[in-house]
Amino acid sequence: MRELIRHARYVVTENPVTGFAFALFALLVTVALFAPWLSPHDPLASHAAEALHRPSRDYWLGTDALGRDILSRLIAASRLDLGIAVSAVALASTFGTALGLMGGYFGGWTDRIIGRLTDTIMAFPLFVLAMGIVAALGNTVANIVYATAIINLPLYARVVRAETNIRRTAGFVEAARLSGNSELRILFAHILPNILPLMAVQTSLTLGYAILNAAGLSFIGLGVQPPTPEWGIMVSDGASSIVSGEWWVALFPGLALMGAVFCFNLMGDGLRDVIDPRNRT
Amino acid sequence: MTPLLDVRHLAKRFPLKAERAWLSRARHRPQVFAVDDVSFTVGSGESVGLVGESGCGKSTLVRLIARLLDQTGGTVHFAGADIGAVPPRRFARTPQRAKIQMVFQDPTDSLNPRFTAFDAIADPIRRLRPLGRAALRARVGEVAQLCGLPKELLSRFPHQLSGGQKARVGIARALAVEPQLLILDEPTSALDVSVQVVILHLLQSLKERLGLSYLFVSHDLNVIRLLCSRVLVMYSGKIVESGPTAQIFQAPRHPYTAALLSAIPNAWDGQRARIVLPGEPASPVDPDPRACRFYGRCPKGTAACTQTMPELAAIGAAHEVACHFPEAAPPQTVPENRHSPQYEVKADRA
Amino acid sequence: MSGTGPVPLLAVDELSIEFRTRSGTVHATERISLDLAAGEVLAVVGESGSGKSVTAYAVLGILDPAARVTSGRIMFQGQDLLHADEARLRRLRGGEIAMIFQNPRTALNPIRAVGRQIADVLERHAGVGRGEAARRATELLKKVKIPDAERRARAYPFELSGGMCQRVMIAMALSCRPRILIADEPTTGLDVTTQAVIMDLIDEVARDEGMSTLLITHDLALAAEHADRIAVMHAGHVVEIAPTETLLRVPRHPYTRNLIAAMPGPAPSLDALEAIPGALPDLRRSDLPTCRFSERCIRYQADCDQALPVERLSARHMVACRHPL
Repeated sequence: MRELIRHARYVVTENPVTGFAFALFALLVTVALFAPWLSPHDPLASHAAEALHRPSRDYWLGTDALGRDILSRLIAASRLDLGIAVSAVALASTFGTALGLMGGYFGGWTDRIIGRLTDTIMAFPLFVLAMGIVAALGNTVANIVYATAIINLPLYARVVRAETNIRRTAGFVEAARLSGNSELRILFAHILPNILPLMAVQTSLTLGYAILNAAGLSFIGLGVQPPTPEWGIMVSDGASSIVSGEWWVALFPGLALMGAVFCFNLMGDGLRDVIDPRNRT
Repeated sequence: MTPLLDVRHLAKRFPLKAERAWLSRARHRPQVFAVDDVSFTVGSGESVGLVGESGCGKSTLVRLIARLLDQTGGTVHFAGADIGAVPPRRFARTPQRAKIQMVFQDPTDSLNPRFTAFDAIADPIRRLRPLGRAALRARVGEVAQLCGLPKELLSRFPHQLSGGQKARVGIARALAVEPQLLILDEPTSALDVSVQVVILHLLQSLKERLGLSYLFVSHDLNVIRLLCSRVLVMYSGKIVESGPTAQIFQAPRHPYTAALLSAIPNAWDGQRARIVLPGEPASPVDPDPRACRFYGRCPKGTAACTQTMPELAAIGAAHEVACHFPEAAPPQTVPENRHSPQYEVKADRA
Repeated sequence: MSGTGPVPLLAVDELSIEFRTRSGTVHATERISLDLAAGEVLAVVGESGSGKSVTAYAVLGILDPAARVTSGRIMFQGQDLLHADEARLRRLRGGEIAMIFQNPRTALNPIRAVGRQIADVLERHAGVGRGEAARRATELLKKVKIPDAERRARAYPFELSGGMCQRVMIAMALSCRPRILIADEPTTGLDVTTQAVIMDLIDEVARDEGMSTLLITHDLALAAEHADRIAVMHAGHVVEIAPTETLLRVPRHPYTRNLIAAMPGPAPSLDALEAIPGALPDLRRSDLPTCRFSERCIRYQADCDQALPVERLSARHMVACRHPL
């Protein structure tokens, strides 16, 4: 354990970019956790008189068309966005990995069926598929999570399947059989730990896609309903204001989105270094 | 005396994809005869070498014996029990699983990169002979010490260990559950020559201390000569010669064995005249059951070799050969005693 | 340390190479010298990490980018290859000095037919056109005794066995009639019968073409069978160079003697096999002793820590030891 911490410290300090990404992630998570206490104003309170004010001392990032403080809404939205992303990725990774492991290890019909399933999902433009799922199931946050999970599942399944396939014939798998391990045990206790580093990268990237997906769906009006603050909806609200010169309404949520995705992508690389023992000296 | 391992007429055939699938009238799917009618025994405390080149089926054969694969035909008896009847998936739950263990060729590939040396050695104990935590630690420590692994190394991962250390972990893992038969699949070929010496000595001492039987697979005949009392020579899925090590080395009776021995670099005892085998081994797919597999590459060979498959037949004390025209006891190139003594067992020359 | 007598074809002189890695600087070789005469076979024998392959790569200028040559020269045809420009080195590679590698199947381009690969070398160095190159390629395949050469020229590496792939590599190496053939573990991983045949083939073509061969191997027995002279390397040092007979019969360096005693081939029994005490020193240490074998050597004495002497026991026998056997 101490070694793990020591190595983690090494990785984070060795590459400043990784360190920065982790710091940003920590910031994001903190903001999301402590959102209610951090917002200077009530994110839902609207003051018609204060509509579309520039960033000022009172409203650091300005106000939107209904006079709501953008900063507070941004902070509140972080909870929702991160929450959606994390739930969706948790679902996608769990099921995707399980399917990939089984398909890659057992081959045959199992592999074929799982393969066709993932192919079907990937045959659609993923965002359109997500739209379709949300439209069909209903306009709720839960459905955004399911839709996002479904469209990200094939990515996991494919990567995990390929990695499992490679390791299936490794010597240590045969040795595990000689040691009396059952096939399922080998899959989860022997092969899976070797795939975790790759999955760490995948998870990070998928978090980025998931947030963008959720924001995208909300942007076009599916999923999150007003007045719930969410970065995508905020960008959509501010889109029309840009033309009339009120740039801050759309810009800050956009930056928030960008920052989050950027952070997750960088973190992916850093995570892989921490987990993969081969990178330990 | 019941031999520890008794293999009779063992066969393994792998089906290939049919040439022209569903439209073809011929429903027959071609098969690779990886192991074809192999019979031999290994006694208790005996060290038997299995030698053969790539594609001869020795890897498949040992996996059949270790019950990692299911055979297509024949029987495998271990200490009297018919283990061949147990499918590999269920074999883990029989008491024999722990008695037959294997050491693999590539120590890097055969150790899980995410397991420490301790985990690797403890795994079979946890699965086959579960012990309490303290007892487990003690047993792992004990077997590690037996294999010359210092305690500090147990918490390391494979990538932090040297080749020789990894090899020891592999051996310790195999010994952890007190097997009676240890199958060693080229255990030293991936190691430097100085490390190889140490591991070979270790294997010898372990065999003596623990009363193990070895089935030692190698392409390096010299290593087999040093460690094994009996040798089985395999070619294209069949055993072509079997006998005491010294005899096989002094006087190989199968033309293939003779060719194999002539290929070993030997600058100190006088190189045997090189017997060059033309071409490649014949395809193992649907071979003619009447023709000797070696026919075509064999320096000898007549039509008789394609009419009847030669079977293993005794040619001397405990020495069998499968050939219609076995070599006569050849005139040996008398080794000049340059700087190393002659082979231990003297050939009896008239 | 260049030999007395006729000027050698290739002379490595006081070559030191180091690698910068994450975990420190690896002192891969330190002031090694060897020379290869015209028409001879010199084997460089050593265990993993001895620096033998690295030396070969240095000759052709194909060292890893992390490598740095810190001293020495490599003289070939009156020119120091370490200071040659890339254009000259490119003409050299394949043209005058050819190399064959371990793992022949992976050393060949997997998506190009083998005949084409040989033709590529010809087109590059011999300046022949496509048709002529293809014809010569097939001729070369016949020369290395590949049966059914015309058909096999169109095959891909994965369709050929390990032994066949190695023959293809030899054909490629021969195509421009180089003066020197460097063979880096050419038979490791091949069956013993294939190994014998390939080594015999190398011997034969080297003789026919008048090439010199630099054979790099960890297998002393193999070297003994095919080499005129053997250079033994340990941990980045050349410890002994001698004609084969002499080396086997009267080795003068303790490591050489240990290496011979560790070979399974000549040992009459397992007890006669001797392990080499200690382990290879970690080449990343900054406190490596002057003689890198001293920590494992039973003949070690205090003055072994002084400068490592190079003793010439005869015109063709050198040993780097203060207290040779």
